[in-house]
Amino acid sequence: MPPRHPVTLNEPGRAELLMGNEAIARGALEAGVRVAAAYPGNPSSEIIETLARASDPKRLHVQWSVNEKVALEVAAGASFFGLRALAAMKQNGLNVAYDFLTNLNLCGVKGGLVVVVCDDPGGISSSNEQDTRFMARLTDIPLLEVSGFENARDMVRYAFDLSESTGSVFMVRSVTRISHGRGPVTFGPLPEISGNPRFEPGEAFTPFPILAKHERRHEVLKGLEETFSASPFNTYTGPDDPELIVVTSGIGVLFSEEALDLLEVRDRVGIARMGTTWPLPLTWIGNILEKSTRFLVVEEVDPFIENNLKEFLGGNTRRFGTKTVYGKASGHIPSVGGLAPEHVIGALETLLEVSYEPRPRAYIRLVKEKTSGLVIDRALGFCPGCPHRASFWAIKNALAKDGRKGIVTGDIGCYAMAMWPSGYSVAKTLQAMGSGIGVAAGMGILDTMGKDQPVIAVCGDSTFFHAAIPALVNTRFNTSPFVTIILDNSATAMTGFQPHPGTGMTCMGQSVDPIEVEDICRSIGFAVKTLDPFDLPATEAAVLEALRADRPQVLIFKRTCALLALKETGKAYRMRVDAERCIGEACGCDRYCTRVFKCPGLIWNPETEKAEIDEAICTGCGVCADICPERAIHREILS
Amino acid sequence: MSAFRCPYNLIIAGVGGQGNVLISQLIARAFIRKGYRAVVGETYGVSQRGGSVMSHVRIVEEGAVGPIIPPGLGDLVLGLEPMETLRILKAYGNPDIHVITNTRPISPVDVIAGNLSYPDLDAIFEAITTLSGKAWTLNASDMAMEMGSSLFTNMIMVGAMLGTGIVPLTMEDFVVILQTYAKPEGFDANRSALQKGFDIIKATE
Repeated sequence: MPPRHPVTLNEPGRAELLMGNEAIARGALEAGVRVAAAYPGNPSSEIIETLARASDPKRLHVQWSVNEKVALEVAAGASFFGLRALAAMKQNGLNVAYDFLTNLNLCGVKGGLVVVVCDDPGGISSSNEQDTRFMARLTDIPLLEVSGFENARDMVRYAFDLSESTGSVFMVRSVTRISHGRGPVTFGPLPEISGNPRFEPGEAFTPFPILAKHERRHEVLKGLEETFSASPFNTYTGPDDPELIVVTSGIGVLFSEEALDLLEVRDRVGIARMGTTWPLPLTWIGNILEKSTRFLVVEEVDPFIENNLKEFLGGNTRRFGTKTVYGKASGHIPSVGGLAPEHVIGALETLLEVSYEPRPRAYIRLVKEKTSGLVIDRALGFCPGCPHRASFWAIKNALAKDGRKGIVTGDIGCYAMAMWPSGYSVAKTLQAMGSGIGVAAGMGILDTMGKDQPVIAVCGDSTFFHAAIPALVNTRFNTSPFVTIILDNSATAMTGFQPHPGTGMTCMGQSVDPIEVEDICRSIGFAVKTLDPFDLPATEAAVLEALRADRPQVLIFKRTCALLALKETGKAYRMRVDAERCIGEACGCDRYCTRVFKCPGLIWNPETEKAEIDEAICTGCGVCADICPERAIHREILS
Repeated sequence: MSAFRCPYNLIIAGVGGQGNVLISQLIARAFIRKGYRAVVGETYGVSQRGGSVMSHVRIVEEGAVGPIIPPGLGDLVLGLEPMETLRILKAYGNPDIHVITNTRPISPVDVIAGNLSYPDLDAIFEAITTLSGKAWTLNASDMAMEMGSSLFTNMIMVGAMLGTGIVPLTMEDFVVILQTYAKPEGFDANRSALQKGFDIIKATE
């Protein structure tokens, strides 16, 4: 993040390059948001980070909550007192918050309450791919989809207004390509913040009576069908009787516009941009459907609009006659993964029988010929100096010495890479936040049934607070013998170093007493051992000892994230390979440091047949000095 | 040499950890300050973990454009790593594309581990030259290390871009962006890095 970001300035008319998430935050500020809460998760994290820059205890409270359910509860508490509130989360976060949301929908809200959900089509930085729009429909809550940067700002403002006027929680859905893209936004004014939070006598926010409240949800949605039909977020451009209309939302809008321009088919094809996608804006979409007989639906990820259109057409066959809807079911648009401009181009080429090729054939041939074998894949790996590399090195070696073919269960975070070679492929299961411990608890109890393979569950420090505590309590209560290792790098590193309860700092810059992972584990009843994973021999020995215990064990590996350490304290050591002592291929170690340890700061020089330090990449953590059998790697202490 | 026509499609290619995201923002801001509209699209999330990272910067005079460049339509590649530069040319290259690339390779994990070899560098540079309208190469990483930190690599690369004269931005335009958006304590060094990149291209023209 740039150090002097002007996103919080009250300078109407100022144009700035904003990330989609910053534009969403700007929209909330322009709407007068008073409370905002979230748990970090890509691609949603920057919403709260941006709002935190404008925070002020009297006007705007912003917090990193321990998880998304608590974040939504915090936002709802503010709304019940009449303040505008926002909760932000990634797709998986909505799953965590969903239990609360499926009750909140019936309860209604007072201050505008907007849930921003950032889906990650293609799972670029996620453990799954999920289209959360169906979850809005499932809970009878209105759904808006952002399709651009200034559009995101405008839509969040609109969502707050309508949430308040309808007494309904609103969902705004963004996607990675918008949340993590950047574009110009011209600022509107920031409102004066006034009014005290107040809970009026006679008010109550409960789902009872359930059926009446459920009925009320349906009435709100019915009313919104017309409100949305007049919404400025649903627009049509194109001929009056086009041979095809592209119906699109989200990032599909800009991709479709470009495809129409590149193919030069604006005179044949219309484009209907949908910003309000649930409930369907019936009058508006009805008019669109009457304009043509063929429709191509372009959306990420699942066929949400596509299915809803088909349902609407199917229920109104007399009015609409025969229409054809192309999209995911017809195979014209991919049914998994994120959209790209070429997907829309390809679909239009087929449907309009036109062809498009931006590069001469000879060039394409040349590309094939000239690049063959010259571009290889880059596997993901831990950063140079990452404590997780040392941790998994110790775990791998301890499991090998134990010799009983033990396994590691993992979950979400940087350490998920333990399932790949960079983490020595030790992790064998990965599901939800904190689930490594729960799954291991299910494996540990199998010992009485003859299981003889030990299990290690790994869990990060931020994940520990988010979702691991119930599973640990369960482990102790039901006595499941396995080893829990908390990989405490003092950061929510995967998403950009947001503070959490263990770091002693809030996102509003307030110092608080840190909550120690170790204290919580002890209070549950574990005899906790804390280790520095950079001390490889001690760490490995502790893991081996824990593996041999017959009761559940907790180890904490504590070492600050390398990126954070580099920022805060700089390099600890200058590393150097002693070319005399490194005897290369003659050593018998078979290039242990590069082939097995795999830190990007170490390189193998094929000419000298010796290891070298890549000064540009090495972070000076010093760990590799301990793994070289010839002691050829030296640490030089830097002041 | 093709003229600067919009949408102008600039791709910054590199490896996670090289600071790709930050320079894409600074370049986009420089264009916005010049009165253009600019959008940036990123491959994000794995960007700190050694994977291939590219940022798309798209510049238009007015209106909106998507943050992702359609295949084959690149106008300029600013390559922070040679193999990544070639990776971009495969997908976005065309006979008119311009390329400015850093020459210092960063080994993928599989090369470090000895499973694969880093492809022949001379062949990579030959392919880059063949597949582009014009290509400039410089060892920005070594120049940055001489300045005391590999962190200056990107500013040297941006300076080189300004030195080629192929985009309508001047040194002064970019210095203003540094003053407005970069950390004040790094300003002098960044400005000097910018100048070094600019000068080395001017010297080879």
